[in-house]
Amino acid sequence: MRLSRSRRPLGAVRRHDHKGAGDGHPPRALVLALVLACVSLMLLDRGDESAIDPARRAVGEVVGPAQSGVSAAIRPVVELPDFFRSREEMRAELASLEAENAGLRTEVRTSDYRRNKLAELEGLTSAAEDLGYALLPARVVGLGSSQTFTNTVTIDAGSASGLAPDMTVVNNDGLVGRILRVTRTSATVLLLVDADSTVGGRIGESMELGFLQGRGVIGGTARLDLELLDQRLVPSKGDTVVTWGSLGGEGEPSGPYVAGVPIGEVVSVYSSLRESSQRAVIDPFVDFSELDLVGVVVPSGTRSDRAVVEADGSLR
Amino acid sequence: MSDPSTRGGSAARLVLVAAAVLAALVLQTTVFPHLAWGGVVPDVVLLVVVAAGLARGSQHAMVLGFFAGALLDLAPPADHVAGRWALALMLVGYVAGQVRREATPSVGVCLATVAACSFLGSSVFALSGMILQDSAASIPDQLGVVLVAVVWDVLLAALLAALVLGPARRVRPRTRTDGLARR
Repeated sequence: MRLSRSRRPLGAVRRHDHKGAGDGHPPRALVLALVLACVSLMLLDRGDESAIDPARRAVGEVVGPAQSGVSAAIRPVVELPDFFRSREEMRAELASLEAENAGLRTEVRTSDYRRNKLAELEGLTSAAEDLGYALLPARVVGLGSSQTFTNTVTIDAGSASGLAPDMTVVNNDGLVGRILRVTRTSATVLLLVDADSTVGGRIGESMELGFLQGRGVIGGTARLDLELLDQRLVPSKGDTVVTWGSLGGEGEPSGPYVAGVPIGEVVSVYSSLRESSQRAVIDPFVDFSELDLVGVVVPSGTRSDRAVVEADGSLR
Repeated sequence: MSDPSTRGGSAARLVLVAAAVLAALVLQTTVFPHLAWGGVVPDVVLLVVVAAGLARGSQHAMVLGFFAGALLDLAPPADHVAGRWALALMLVGYVAGQVRREATPSVGVCLATVAACSFLGSSVFALSGMILQDSAASIPDQLGVVLVAVVWDVLLAALLAALVLGPARRVRPRTRTDGLARR
């Protein structure tokens, strides 16, 4: 005991003396240093091109694979309730029916839009119209909690799979969001419902343009606000909204999203006399609280370390 | 504490604490979202900082809170101004450490500390977002989320109380007698 005491570093002794004196406050210099460190982190991280981004990428390279690993490890447990609900073959049948159903629903939702699109493009060659989106499958492995007041998720594919910021993320129900930043093996996705997310939308029936704003709420009550550019037109309840999209649009808020992806349907419309504008509330097709398998829209023929679903449904 | 090779012991402890924080982060982002209520998950990293404060005092917990918070700020899928969780968890570490100074914390005191620290941490994070104009959420929404988070944290802390208090109890009397012997 005595020996160990004499060998104890000075700092440790001082700390205990503090405690013995009934003080227990950490040194003022330490408090000051930590507060300054926090403030400088915040200052460094302002703006779009932040000095913190390399650190984010470095942390992501470590945490991303850990999230993927743990996510894969707990998958059997997470899927356990499904296993008990029905037998194996029934599940397979159910899954295929669900997929077919979702496919059909998507088709129904976009048919108005497609009809309009076709009418618009009449006389043009179909090659340009048939852009064909190739999808790179990925799984959601990490979710940002509501306590952070942002709605972001991590997916288990990154730059090694050919992903890059601003790519569109969808699942078989509709639009999920867009990629914010990538590391080698993971990517961070900004969800459609985030309060900072703005998507250019188009009402499938009237081809009317507008902007969809998230509310920062996920789950059953997730809603988006649609503000139409032309304020004289009133959307009707049940109308489907798809992405407006712009190919390589410069500085446009709709830039990152590809065109024609279903977003949601109008559930209510209200007009504000003071702002003299029409606002519609949109119920998104995607259930953001239960995201799992998603697809990232990549250019056809992207070099990737995993299989890519091409536009014609073939795997490559 | 009475380990003669203090340097080796503290290095081992540092690795242990770093592993605990990383594990807490992965739990918070990958495992608990499956149990989330309205997207709110238990703040596991915050609980680690509170535990450190209760077991080892303000100084340790503040430093740990800063680094754990910075990790939370930088690790995917975080997308807010870095330094916000670092500041919040640093304050949490300070407060939790001050509770330890008063008396040997009972389970009740520990749970009350968790509740207070959870409220403090989430509120400081929300407030810093407002000041930096980083968050577009409304105040009632934020308050709701903060309160649900407090309930979650206390529930998880109650479950973990035995685990957290066990080592803390075993360490504390020895620290006390160390301090007495030294004086």
